[in-house]
Order: sequence, then C-alpha cells, then structure tokens
Amino acid sequence: MGRFHRHADGTVHDHDHPHDDHEGHDHEHRDVGDHRGYTETGVARVAVLESILSENDRIADANQADLAEHGVWAVNVMSSPGAGKTTLLKRTLVGLGERVRLGVLEGDIATSLDADELQGLGAAISLVNTSAGFGGECHLDAVMVRSGLSRLPLGDIDLLFIENVGNLVCPAEFNVGEQAKAMVYAVTEGEEKPLKYPVMFRAADVVVVNKIDLLPHLDFDLDQFLGNLHDVNPHAAVFQVSARTGEGVDPWCRWLLDAHARAA
Amino acid sequence: MHELSLCQAILGTVDARAAGRPVRRVDVRIGHLRQVVPDSLQFSWQMLTEGTEYGDCELVVEHVPAVVHCAACDVDTTLDWPILACAACEGFDVELRSGEELQIASIDIAQEVR
Repeated sequence: MGRFHRHADGTVHDHDHPHDDHEGHDHEHRDVGDHRGYTETGVARVAVLESILSENDRIADANQADLAEHGVWAVNVMSSPGAGKTTLLKRTLVGLGERVRLGVLEGDIATSLDADELQGLGAAISLVNTSAGFGGECHLDAVMVRSGLSRLPLGDIDLLFIENVGNLVCPAEFNVGEQAKAMVYAVTEGEEKPLKYPVMFRAADVVVVNKIDLLPHLDFDLDQFLGNLHDVNPHAAVFQVSARTGEGVDPWCRWLLDAHARAA
Repeated sequence: MHELSLCQAILGTVDARAAGRPVRRVDVRIGHLRQVVPDSLQFSWQMLTEGTEYGDCELVVEHVPAVVHCAACDVDTTLDWPILACAACEGFDVELRSGEELQIASIDIAQEVR
C-alpha cells in the first residue's frame, strides 16, 4: 500500500512507497496526546487487519488453557431473559449429582439472586456482576470470565457452567474460553426466533428447548420451530425439557457427561 | 447493545498502533451476519472519543455482505436471509465466503513533518 496524501481540495492519492507504514520505525514521540506541534501534509494509511475482538479472543484462549490445565470442561449457557437458565441449572446440578464435580460461574448485570438460587446444590459458585461498566454490560466477555475463574477452585471442578447474561444478541459474539456453547430456548418465545437471532442459534452446539410442560396451553408450533432451527443450524443437538417438572432433563445431563468424558 | 464494547476494543487497538501519533480516521469492516448496528456504533464512538485526542477521528464502517459459494451451482450468491443456503438453487451445500467480518482494516495517521 502506498502513502496517501490528502490535499486541501479534498483529493487523495498515494505514492508507491516501500515503507509507508510507520510501524516499527524508531520515532521518538514527545508531547504524546498534544498534536499542536504537527504540521500536517496528509495522512499515512496504516493497515491493521486485526479482529476487533482480538484482545477478547486472546484472553479467551488464556481462559481455555487454564481450564484445560485443570481438566475442566466448560459450557457457556446463553438465552434470552426468563428462558429458564437458572431453573434448568438447578435441575441439572441435582441431576448430575455426585457423578462429576460441578462449578458455576454466574454472570448477571446486578444482584446475586441467581447465584443464591444455586447455593447448596454441591457446586462451587463464582458470581460476576457486569454492572461495573456503563450501567451494566449485556454479556460476559473473556476478561469478566477470567476474573470469575480466579475465584473458583478449578482443581476441584470437572464440569463448569458459565451462565451468561440473559440476552439473545450480545453473548453470542464473545468467546470466553468455553468448550461448548449451549442455548436455552423457551417455547413461549415464538417459532421465528432462530431466524431473528441467527448468530446465537448458529453458535450453539446444543439447544435446550425449555418449558415444554406449557405446550398444551400455547399455539406454539414445535415442528415449525425445529425446522427454523435446522435451517439456521443443522448441527446442533436438541433436547426438549421442562426445567419446572424435570421432564427430559436426564438426556441433557447424559449429553453433558458424554461431552465431558470425550474431552477428558 | 454491545457496540460500546466493540468501540472500546477498537479504541484499544487503535491507540496501541498509533503510539501517540494523531489518528484522523479508522476504517472497520463489519460483516452482514454480525449483529452490529452502524448508527449505534457511531454513537458509541462519539461518546467514547469526545473530548479526547480522538475527538476529530472519524470512524468509517464498511458493510460486508454475506456471500456463500454453492458447491452444486459453483456460483457465489449474496444472502439477505440468515439461512445459509444458495440463493440460486436453495441447496445447503454452501461455504460462507464473507459476512462474518469484525475487523479493523486500517488507520489514517497524520504525517509528521520535521
């Protein structure tokens, strides 16, 4: 790439120049942040070609390495608010019982309500409130998870649930170092959701269809939903459960145990 | 909703690359399959940069369409629906060619004259 010049009349052109990029040059920068000393003749376009999330991904890799070192298999659990993540987790912790050592990293914008719900079920729990930033982040990122991991006894955990902030958009964009992404979807949300929120539905390795005990009371078309899900993500494992009654929770628990065993 | 986080990440990278030199413009490429709202990204950028040395720095967003290549038709088609299928034959044997970009393409740094 050449050196770009922008002239007073607005035209921009570039000269082929072997070292247009100042990267690596040994300039001394005095008065950093104060540019009054500059006389501008134009600008140099410097190629960056870096993912916006590269810093997040670097920390996610570090999280993954720490988890692997301790033999922890982690699943990032995502859903819209109220789809039943915490209720499903309670059932799941009870269902898995003593078969594996459990941990939960609980992400919430504010309050410890969900973390409190999960106390006393045999899992080590770490709470991450995301409200430290501008009025509360809508997702967990790798840095927040790293902080949450530092408060967990990783050596005593086999299977770790990372309960994300309830939100169908943002959590899907941020890797946190997990081995699998699970999505909890409630049948009260409507059949079209995979088409409206394709990034999350595409990212999921497994989709848990929750609240099936309500099906007799809804106009929900389960086949249409499953068709939409398949169109967007043909590879996801699907479980139909009621976290409220416990129906269908056993196959989901077996999937988790199998996934953990395969990774071990 | 995560546009503010994205802008913070963009600023972090730009700041490291610029190393104190004045940045006039940042070009980012955002794929169609990413859930980024351009207006929201611009708003977040203004909010973060106002009153800083990046106050005059322009954020330019290039929208990258979602393109799939169909193995059966051997053609590239553009998606406007999130289903990864060939727009010509509606087959699912497709490979995503673009649309997942979330990239800082370049930064324009003001020339220093000695």
